[in-house]
Amino acid sequence: MGSFQSLPDDHQYRTLSQKTGFSLEQIAILHNRFKQLSQNEETLRRDDLKTIQDLESNPIRYQIIEAFFDRRNFQKDGVGSVEEIGFEEFLTVMSYFRAPAHRITEEQKEEMRRAKLRFLFNMHDTDNDGTITLEEYRHVVEELLSRSGALGRETAKGIADAAMLEVASISVGPMAPDEFYEGITFEQFLKILKGIEIETRMHIRFLNMDTTVLCKQHCV
Amino acid sequence: MSVRKRRIYIDYCGMFILVLGLLVGSLMPLGGAASSPDTGTGHGGSHGNKNPGNGTTYSKKPFPVLSFDYEHVRLPFEISLWVLLASLMKLGFHLIPRVSSIVPESCLLIVVGLLVGGLIKMVGEDPPVLESKIFFFYLLPPIILDAGYFMPIRQFTENLGTILMFAVVGTLWNSFFVGGLLYGVCQLEGHKLAYVDLLSCLLFGSIISAVDPVAVLAVFEEIHINELLHILVFGESLLNDAVTVVLYHLFEEYSSVGSITFMDVFLGIVCFLVVSLGGIVVGAIYGILAAFTSRFTSHTRVIEPLFVFVYSYMAYLSAEVFHLSGIMALIACGAVMRPYVEANISHKSHTTIKYFLKMWSSVSDTLIFIFLGVSTVAGPHQWNWTFVVATVIFCLVARVLGVVGLTFVINKFRIVKLTSKDQFIIAYGGLRGAIAFSLVYLLNPKHFPMRNMFLTAIITVIFFTVFVQGMTIRPLVDLLAVKKKQETKRSINEEIHTQFLDHLLTGIEDICGHYGHHHWKDKLNRFNKKYVKKCLIAGERSKEPQLIAFYHKMEMKQAIELVESGGGAKLPSALPSTVSMQNIQPKKPSQDRALPQLSKAREEEIRKILRTNLQRTRQRLRSYNRHTLIADPYEDGWNEMLLKRKKMKELEKKMNNYLTVPAPPPDSPTITRARLASDPQAWGLKSVTESIPTIKVDLASPQSPESVNVVDEFSKKGSQPKEEEGGLTMKVPSPAKQRKDKTPDEEPQQRLMRCLSDPGPAPEEIQPLRSCSGCALHI
Repeated sequence: MGSFQSLPDDHQYRTLSQKTGFSLEQIAILHNRFKQLSQNEETLRRDDLKTIQDLESNPIRYQIIEAFFDRRNFQKDGVGSVEEIGFEEFLTVMSYFRAPAHRITEEQKEEMRRAKLRFLFNMHDTDNDGTITLEEYRHVVEELLSRSGALGRETAKGIADAAMLEVASISVGPMAPDEFYEGITFEQFLKILKGIEIETRMHIRFLNMDTTVLCKQHCV
Repeated sequence: MSVRKRRIYIDYCGMFILVLGLLVGSLMPLGGAASSPDTGTGHGGSHGNKNPGNGTTYSKKPFPVLSFDYEHVRLPFEISLWVLLASLMKLGFHLIPRVSSIVPESCLLIVVGLLVGGLIKMVGEDPPVLESKIFFFYLLPPIILDAGYFMPIRQFTENLGTILMFAVVGTLWNSFFVGGLLYGVCQLEGHKLAYVDLLSCLLFGSIISAVDPVAVLAVFEEIHINELLHILVFGESLLNDAVTVVLYHLFEEYSSVGSITFMDVFLGIVCFLVVSLGGIVVGAIYGILAAFTSRFTSHTRVIEPLFVFVYSYMAYLSAEVFHLSGIMALIACGAVMRPYVEANISHKSHTTIKYFLKMWSSVSDTLIFIFLGVSTVAGPHQWNWTFVVATVIFCLVARVLGVVGLTFVINKFRIVKLTSKDQFIIAYGGLRGAIAFSLVYLLNPKHFPMRNMFLTAIITVIFFTVFVQGMTIRPLVDLLAVKKKQETKRSINEEIHTQFLDHLLTGIEDICGHYGHHHWKDKLNRFNKKYVKKCLIAGERSKEPQLIAFYHKMEMKQAIELVESGGGAKLPSALPSTVSMQNIQPKKPSQDRALPQLSKAREEEIRKILRTNLQRTRQRLRSYNRHTLIADPYEDGWNEMLLKRKKMKELEKKMNNYLTVPAPPPDSPTITRARLASDPQAWGLKSVTESIPTIKVDLASPQSPESVNVVDEFSKKGSQPKEEEGGLTMKVPSPAKQRKDKTPDEEPQQRLMRCLSDPGPAPEEIQPLRSCSGCALHI
């Protein structure tokens, strides 16, 4: 599979590289993968992603697939979801998983952290009202535990409830019995996940991808 | 100092002097006194002299009422005395707090060893030396097993590449650098050292360059450094054993021959792979055997810890049979068996294993350092200024250069880079210890005429690293403001998101078509869950996912914390989160709200009941005391606390929520009986409690987090004796409750009914659960 094609692609790659921060080589590899997944069409659909076999056993596969089609992740201030995406959007979503560069300032690190956590937040906040409500959080935990079979929805509810209680007590503090806690806002989300070093944990080593692996027919 | 303290000191000193006196005395030749009673009775027949028979030739002696026969018990007696001495020393150090905060324990112990050795020498006896056999077979395994069993697997595997680089490449570099340069120095020196040949130097270099796990543990444990650095240095000290073994045997074999060919080097590399991988395989096999055995121990819980210890020890010995790396076998065995064994064994066995391992490793550690001190006084020494000073300097330089060079290379592959502060600590933390000493001691003096000089040099290096580096590392850590270990409590949100991230990253890798780190880890986990866990974990526990186990553990901790903090005394505000369920539950305005008013008096009665319950529990709890163990102290009495806590939490919730909950129907007699049988003092308030809806613990409500877990456990293990849950009051949820999701209510209701059909014998107030259910302690 050829990597660098004719000149227009090269130019396109450069703009993409500037926008997302990937190197040209990485963009070429990802483009190959995109073409493979979309069966050489220009756009990718949900069904194309659903055909990936390895994804079958992943408990949160639907959320992951949805994240690719969520306009909020395209960095263009859109909302809602789309039916199909082009390579640029694909790459934009992938760019959330880049590792931080070696020497970056504290500000850049913080920015990257916010961007990655925003991605996670969007995955949870499906109705896009800016908060993760109890129902949405319950759904998240249920999906996580869905593969574990035996214990089912009850435990998931319990865990989600405990988690919400924890966030509420950390963020808001003591509440009177008739106050109502709407849900986790983005700022609170940032706060509770301060312990996890997102910028280093949420990354994939893109450069180590082997092109021969990509040629294997996982799809179809 | 106060009178009490003075008395403690005096008592302690008296006891210590007594033991010391016994020890020195025991070493004196006592053969004369011991022989006469023996020969009369035991050996008379066998000596073939003038006493052929039994009865005829006894001369009439007065019957020995009291005889002194020390030889009989000499060996065990001496061993016990040494162990006692070591333990008393450990006690002593903690009576003098100021000293132990400046000087690390290992230094103090070596000094004590020196004193004892000096004392023995003064008496005129030969002080015992740290024999290699005793060291490698009895003193080292407990420490390594303790380290391996409690190794944090996640951090270890995340940093495995770095650790291996330091262990293998770093040790090789150190050996050759030190060995080569020492040879150069010896040649340059001229007349006194010319007989030291290259291979001997290289052998010496390989022995001395290995970072010692015992010393590292002893020092690093006290400085509480952050986990990354701890696992790097500690992992390196464990994994370099394979390299040391191979180099040692290689150079030892061929130093008599005098030369090494390329073939030997190649074989050496092959040998290294065999030694390390073979050790791991042997350890893993024994680990799996141990896990498998633990599956069947549900009826004989008492011997469960024994299996863990014996299998691990056999793994060590089996590896030693083939000259494989025993340390790696032990680590592999402990790490492999731990997740499965912990899921199978009872809570008490888990505590036993932990305590025994800590105890043995602590005693071993103390003995090793004391013996190092004694051996210093005893061992044959040959001091050579040039050699010794050169050794010390080269060791330091080699270590620093090695660490800096390797970090430069490693940082290209790491995401979290190692800063220069980290490098300094890693270099400075490369302590040498008793393993090096024992290895030199094993050398045959005939083949190695310079053995005594090597011994002296090694002891000097050990002293230098342990004393100088050990003592100064703590102020240096503070000075450089190195990140310390974080005592954070893991929150459930973090746990949820850690799992979420794992799955997310695996998914993204799959979308990229990239078989990366996460992909393989996920595959391993799935394989583990599907096949391995089913084989090695008994019963239903094999299906429990990590998140749930974590959640149970957290609830346990909260429950115990709550009770310990005197939760009963300040009931309404006792909950750590002052936000309750109804703050986050979306309101249901269409609901019909019945308002059973709770008068103040009744509230007070409820609180009083719970308070007395909890106080009784607290008194019981006080007999479990805090330890200085490096483990969570929430072990004992967890289950009773959990139940009490649940009760209280439910009560609190009910008291807040009575506005949203309609009055439930009256209880069935079975349930009432179950409830009241468990709470003796509730008998008197029977009329009160029955009419208040809020005392009942609503276990099956989906509203409360922990309730459903208990229900699930009941349904899972139908054979668990029900009488153990006597302390819990259970109420069937009212069918009139208007919740959004009704169907999940029905099922737990059925289960509860089955549970409560026989409330069991009248339980006492606090019943320990016999085995830890669903608390698979994952890492």
